[in-house]
Amino acid sequence: MSSRAVERGRVRVGRGFSRSSPRPWGGSRTPWLYLAPALVVLGGLLAYPIYQLGLISLFHYTQAQVSGGEPTTFEGFGNYAELFGDEQFWQVLLATVVFAAACVLCTLAVGCALAVLLTRVRAVPRLALMLAALGAWATPAITGSTVWLFLFDADFGPVNRVLGLGDHAWTYGRFSAFFLVLLEVVWCSFPFVMVTVYAGIRSVPSEVLEAASLDGASQWRVWRSVLVPMLRPILVVVTIQSVIWDFKVFTQIYVMTGGGGIAGQNLVLNVYAYQQAFASSQYSLGAAIGVVMLLILLAVTLVYLRLLRRQGEEL
Amino acid sequence: MSLVRQAGKSRVNPVRRFVRRPGRLAAESAALLIAAVVAFPLYWMVLSAFKPAGEIESTEPRPWTFAPTLDSFRRVFGQQEFGRYFLNSVVVAVAVVIASALIAFLAATAVTRFRFRMRTTVLIMFLVAQMVPVEALTIPLFFTMRDLGGLNTLWSLILPHIAFSLPFAIWMLRGFVKAVPQALEEAAAIDGASRARFLWQILFPLVLPGLVATSVFSFISTWNDFLFAKSFIISDISQSTLPMALLVFYKPDDPDWGGVMAASTVMTIPVLVFFVLVQRRLVSGLGGAVKD
Repeated sequence: MSSRAVERGRVRVGRGFSRSSPRPWGGSRTPWLYLAPALVVLGGLLAYPIYQLGLISLFHYTQAQVSGGEPTTFEGFGNYAELFGDEQFWQVLLATVVFAAACVLCTLAVGCALAVLLTRVRAVPRLALMLAALGAWATPAITGSTVWLFLFDADFGPVNRVLGLGDHAWTYGRFSAFFLVLLEVVWCSFPFVMVTVYAGIRSVPSEVLEAASLDGASQWRVWRSVLVPMLRPILVVVTIQSVIWDFKVFTQIYVMTGGGGIAGQNLVLNVYAYQQAFASSQYSLGAAIGVVMLLILLAVTLVYLRLLRRQGEEL
Repeated sequence: MSLVRQAGKSRVNPVRRFVRRPGRLAAESAALLIAAVVAFPLYWMVLSAFKPAGEIESTEPRPWTFAPTLDSFRRVFGQQEFGRYFLNSVVVAVAVVIASALIAFLAATAVTRFRFRMRTTVLIMFLVAQMVPVEALTIPLFFTMRDLGGLNTLWSLILPHIAFSLPFAIWMLRGFVKAVPQALEEAAAIDGASRARFLWQILFPLVLPGLVATSVFSFISTWNDFLFAKSFIISDISQSTLPMALLVFYKPDDPDWGGVMAASTVMTIPVLVFFVLVQRRLVSGLGGAVKD
């Protein structure tokens, strides 16, 4: 390491990370010492439960095994076969994907549009919008859910009154219930997108924009050819984060549709797994659903990593 | 209402400005209108918490009240063990915030200020850990907690939440730790400071603002959680947390809306205060986390 010290100098290789800088207190054990608490916690409370989740999904595990002391039997992929043969599973999977996609699209559209709007207004409206968004962001999912339910309540809610819908019950229909949840999810998750994209736009040097308009680029052209490419890393991050969050929506569905809606019409995978495990005591089926979710999210993560790599970002 | 305010304000502006930037007036009205719409649910929540019962259960809801009352709050606070729930929530949240901040600080230091074999692997692991659907892990965690005798204790809430808030905290802290100049570390070494001394007396105070911003996320996810509280605190109600106190008022068939709104207000205020206090750092922190 000390021989490298000579060539190091002040040159920074890549972005933010000096490739060959030695630490004043070298030693290869130190970083592992610092990492140890995190690795222990994550290993014990994340990696091990994932392993167990996989294990449970391979066994026959119901109330009889949990409290009755009956021996557990190895089922191999029997639970998965049962799951994939169940029509409801495919219905829930489809609903989850469509619902998450709709949430992501709406969140991104609203968040980006408002971020652009923020750059066009003076301080007072900007502060007002910022504060309102922070309020929505800070609201706990559970209180957000109950408040939105109350706003759309058939008897006492102001929304039906204003729209003149009488006592239309939003949570009865499958699509109107999903729509209501979507509104709440977008409301509480667009602020993250808005604030992040706004910070990104502000960090674009003004010289770049001036140069573009000096070259005669139109407003639209500046957006398409200068801003969007420069914002791409940020857009990738907010998109992926939104996908991950919206795919895992639990509280809103659970509270707003009363645990999955009438006859399970508003179930998404997360709630479905929970209901199978804790309401029906089908722990192994619930675990199998959990594994399916895990694999889907893992695939999303791999796409994310590839995108990061392609941008040449150093981790 | 905000439109009226906006109209009044625009008259103050010079007309010339209005003519030159006709788009801006529209943009600013839109911004104010959207702000009002976004803030409306929160306004309605607080308003309903103070409304007398007759006005809440009214088919002619009005966006104001002339007879504010604390009845709903009295019902919430008068609930058996409500203080206990609040205290439990605070204990869990504070324990998680402090523990995950310290652990994340050490880990972020390791991955940003050292180069070692498998560094990238560790980083990717943290990234992947972020994606794990924690709700699915309730099943195995339930059995682990049962076997360890952790059910019905606050530990069953604290430990999983530390694990689940760590990956994002580390990921976000990287930017802050990286921003501390290398020269400072060298200077400290030359002055004879030990590694531990540099870590805790120089690096830690410098990264503290970032730690606070990061803590918001640990705090929120812990404070909001009702899944673990519902699943792991199965019989001993004295160990329960705030969300469960809220759900008491929320019966799907006949919800006590006044109580729900008052409990929601009580639950939301601490998060709002925390958020407003750290919002500036939060924004710069997100920028940092995203750009690096």
